[in-house]
Parts: sequence; C-alpha cells; structure tokens
Amino acid sequence: MSELREITFVEALNEALHQEMERDPTIVVMGEDVGVYGGIFGVTKGLLERFGPDRVVDTPISETAFIGAGVGAAAAGLRPVVELMFVDFFGVCMDQIYNQAAKMRYMFGGKIKIPLTIRTTIGAGLSAAAQHSQTLYSIFAHVPGIKVIVPSTPYDAKGLLISAVRDDNPKIFFEHKLLYGVRGPVPKEPYAIPFGVADVKTEGSDVTIVAVAYMVHEALKASNELKKEGVSVEVIDPRTLVPFDKEAVFKSVRKTGRLVVVDEDYDRCGFASWVAALVADECFGYLDAPIKRVTTPTVPIPFSPTLEKEILPNAEKIVKTVKEVVKKV
Amino acid sequence: MLTQDKLLEMYYKMVLIRAFEDRVHELFVQGRIPGFVHLYAGEEAVAVGVTSHLRKGDYITSTHRGHGHCIAMGVDIKGMMAELFGRKSGTCRGKGGSMHIADFEVGMLGANGIVGAGGPLAVGAAFAAKYRGSGDVVVCFAGDGAQNQGAVLESLNAAAIWKLPLIFVVEDNQYAISLRSLSSTKLQPRISTARSVAERAVAFGIPSVTVDGMDVLAVYEAAKAAVERARAGEGPSLLDCKTYRYYGHFEGDPMVYRSVEEVEEWKKRDPIKLFRERLVRGGVVEEVLDDIRRKASLEVEEAVRFAEESPYPEPSEAYTDVFTDPYY
Repeated sequence: MSELREITFVEALNEALHQEMERDPTIVVMGEDVGVYGGIFGVTKGLLERFGPDRVVDTPISETAFIGAGVGAAAAGLRPVVELMFVDFFGVCMDQIYNQAAKMRYMFGGKIKIPLTIRTTIGAGLSAAAQHSQTLYSIFAHVPGIKVIVPSTPYDAKGLLISAVRDDNPKIFFEHKLLYGVRGPVPKEPYAIPFGVADVKTEGSDVTIVAVAYMVHEALKASNELKKEGVSVEVIDPRTLVPFDKEAVFKSVRKTGRLVVVDEDYDRCGFASWVAALVADECFGYLDAPIKRVTTPTVPIPFSPTLEKEILPNAEKIVKTVKEVVKKV
Repeated sequence: MLTQDKLLEMYYKMVLIRAFEDRVHELFVQGRIPGFVHLYAGEEAVAVGVTSHLRKGDYITSTHRGHGHCIAMGVDIKGMMAELFGRKSGTCRGKGGSMHIADFEVGMLGANGIVGAGGPLAVGAAFAAKYRGSGDVVVCFAGDGAQNQGAVLESLNAAAIWKLPLIFVVEDNQYAISLRSLSSTKLQPRISTARSVAERAVAFGIPSVTVDGMDVLAVYEAAKAAVERARAGEGPSLLDCKTYRYYGHFEGDPMVYRSVEEVEEWKKRDPIKLFRERLVRGGVVEEVLDDIRRKASLEVEEAVRFAEESPYPEPSEAYTDVFTDPYY
C-alpha cells in the first residue's frame, strides 16, 4: 500500500529525480547551479552528494552549450534532465531546442529518438520583472516536436516528471515559482502519470474553466466563491499542453455550454486562444455564451507590485468573467 | 604507418565524394533535384583525413555542406541520393533532404541547416562518450563562418572545462558564403603568422594546429594526434584546415565574390590530384587508381538510378515521426 505524505511541490520533484536516477544510470542532470547549490529553487538538492559529479553537472552560464549538450547526449544514448533556470532565458538557446531537439527525429526519418527533459520555471507574482516572470509555454506548444508539461500539484509534479524522464521525446517541464512551496499528498513510491490526460479538479454544470499551472489554484478559489452565489463550475487541468486532452474539454463544454480559459501566458496567439478555437470548431452548437479568456495582457511583466497585480489573472478576475458568461443565458 | 589498403580506401572515399558531388551538381542544374544543395567538392581531404581514424561508437556532427562527411563515415550513397530526390527510400525517408542527412548507425549525428549548431550537439555526444568511459571520440566539423557563432565558442569552452574527447575540425574554405574568412575573423597580429582560428583555441585552453586541408595525409597526421589524445582522455583539440570549395556556397550561387583565376589557382592543388601523385610515387599503378575512380562513378550512377526509380513518400507520412508516439 502506498504511503501518502504531505510534501511540497519542490520536494515531490526532488524525490522524482532521486528515484529515477537510482533506477536508471543513463539519467544525468545538468544546468547552472544544479550541483553544489542544489538548484536555485532547490529542486536538485542532494543529487550531487548521492550521484556524484559525473551525473550531476554544474555548467557554465552557456545555455546554448549545455541545452545543446543535453540534446547531443540524448542523441548519443543518455537520458539527460537539463535545467533552464528561468524560461525567460530561452532566448539565448532556442535554436538547440526548437531547430535541433524538436526536429531531429522528424528530419532524420523517424529513425532516432531524443529522450531529453528540459526543466524550467515560469510565473509572475514575485516582482521579478520582465525578464524573470514570464509564463512562456505557448511558444513551445506552437513548435512541432516538443511535449509541454505543466503540473499544478505536488502529486502531478512527481508523476509527470517521472513520465517525462521515461519518455523518449524532447519535453519541456514547466514549474511555476509560486507552486514550489505548495503542499499536497504524494505517494512515496515512484509512479507515472500519462501525458494527455486532463484532471477534472471539480465537477460542475454551468461553466467549464480550463486552467493551467498556478492558475488551477486561482480557478478553484474562484469556483468556491461562485458556488456561494449558486454558479456550478467545472475546473479542468489539462496537465500537459502537448499532448492535449481535447476530448475532456469538449465533453465538459457539451455539458456546461460555457467555457472560460485561464492562462498566465500572454494573451496574443496564446494557449487560451488555441483552446477557444478548438472548442469553437468542435462544440459550436453546444455553446450558450461566447468563449472567454482570462490571460495576461500582451505587455511585458512590470516590476512594481501594483502594476504586476493589475495585469495578472487571478480568482477575482475569473469570478468576474464567469459571471459575464453565465449572465448571457 | 598507413597500409596500402588503407591508402586506397582513403582514395576511394575521396573520389566517391567528388563523383557524387559532381553528379549532384549536374542533376541540380538539370532541375532534377529540388531544394537547397551545398556541395563539398574540393574539401574531400578534410573529411577523409579525419574520419579515417574513427571506429564504431565514435560520432561526428556535420554542417549544411554534409555530403562529404556522410560518405566518409560510410552512409550508403543510394539512400543519400534518394534523399536528395525526396524519395521514400532516402536515408531520412525524404523528410530531411540535403541539409539533414543523418545515420546514427554509422556515427553520423546529422548535417545541420543552422551554422554552428553542431558544436553543442558534439559536446553532448562527447559527454556521453566520456560518461560511458568507452574511449569513443566525437568530431565536430564546422566551417570558418561557424567560428564566429556563439554556439561554437560556448562549445569550445565546455569541451575544455569538461576535458571531453572531442575534436573540432575547422573547414576554412575561405568564405562564409561571400565573406572572406580574412574579413570575418580578427586575430592577434602579435602571434599571427598565418591567420588562423587555431589561435583562438589556445585561448580556450585547447591545443590546436593549422593544417594544409588539401593534403589528405597532412590532415590524417594532424587528426591522428588529436584522436589519440581524445581517446586517452586528455581532452579536446582543434584542427584548422585550410581548404577550398569548388562550387558556390549553394547550387545557383553566382559567385560574384571570387574570381575564376582564384578558383583555378586552388585547383592546381586539388586534393585528389595531390594524393594520386603521392600514391603513384609510392608505387601504386595508375590502372588501380583508374579502376577505383571508375567503380566510384558506377556506384554514383547506380545511386541515381535507385533514387529515380524509388517512389515518393505517401502524403500521410507528413504526419508521422514527429514524436515516438502518433501524436503530433
């Protein structure tokens, strides 16, 4: 019987890495400050002590070299887990991700595999300003050949990271900074959560909310508020954007007739817009109200707390938006 | 000491590359091959001189001008030609084309459409080799143009600090498309006698040597030391090979940046001609070399026939191989 303990999101990730590295000697971890420091957010703590410097490699600040080294090592038979400290830094190494890792299998006729996991952080709310606060998963979901994983709970974090490490494709695993301290029940043994299977966080009949990462928690808060006012909300966490569990969303919208997508990424051409388009295509006849998005307006993330709060999606904005669509009956 | 068999195998690979590239040039002019094609003719001594030291388990990373590296590593030329024709029987099932031929089975990690991008990939493959402790080595081929890409400079540093079994081979064919390597790379006059990125490697803590890239035996000797060093766990090296491409940067290049005289001057030191003269002086009879040349031509013709007779991929294949599972 599985032992369930309450541990934090960061502890769940750390445990997943320890257990997988114990199981598979081809797994290596590399990135800036992942060794001695244990990762800037502590995700790789203890790995260097346990597995040594051959498997836990502190890299120079050369994202192109070490992300690319992850790709090359994966091509040559290892199973690297590489940390990109903040997703905002993808600008200095994107070629290795989207032109190399993502396309090699296809370009080379499906004869090879690139079992690479890139872990990175997303999310605003810490006044980290425009270059350390972005939630850039849409841009990776846009490019063919990269799986996009976005856990929202410690349970999902562990199970999805284990699946990621075992999967034979390039993946980006997004960790929201505000989730690291969140606690939740997590089995001690290793377990894998399949990609492309959404989690219905709470069932409801009036409106469907699709929310991602930290926004799942804001959506649940909003759902509780709305319940008091007699509005029944169904909250769906897709958990992975690529592959994406369309059917779970369609099924829910066919029941509720309304959809609000909550997404901390920039609004323009983002994930929320894509989900809205899919639902408009597939469920048009079922819709009782326009599809709404609660997203971050397409402006750089500002520093000052009052400005940052102004632009970020939150429970309050979700409640307001849900009320708009419910009113339209 | 090189055996006669080994020397003749090197000669065969050089003439096979030349025959392949000359034929691809004709096919392109005739409109029988689509897309972008970059030919390696003139640079054969570099690919063959270096890869003659490699064994199973070793890897190379290549460039947009990758046909020569493929052939030198032993990629089947029928599959390569079919790939250039966009056929299903191509090395990459018609999904990669000239700039993306790869065959991991023979250690060829891929040609690459992005200049300098092979550097980090080579670092990773060399990391894997070192991690396994197999004594395998990795060769990163890159041109003079790539030497000013951050990816390559970061890779030099990473290879040096991690003491990786990696050989950086610079194919200085004098031009980054149209920009002369003299104009793209400023070197320290104090230590520069021959302009050379080899001096840069020293600054990264990597031993380096400048090599006559038209002389296959000179390349072979320089590569020998570098490969032995890498296999012994002593770290990376860099070979700066001075060479020349006979065709344009790409097929269709009007070549306004260089004169016919310049091209002719380089062709006087044609790598195949030089090597042939050496072999004959060493006692190899001309007929043996002619037979090798004829054999290479026939193989290329057979490859063209194979390619043209092969079917195109089914349209539905556009949607497969994005991931290891069917989702795309």
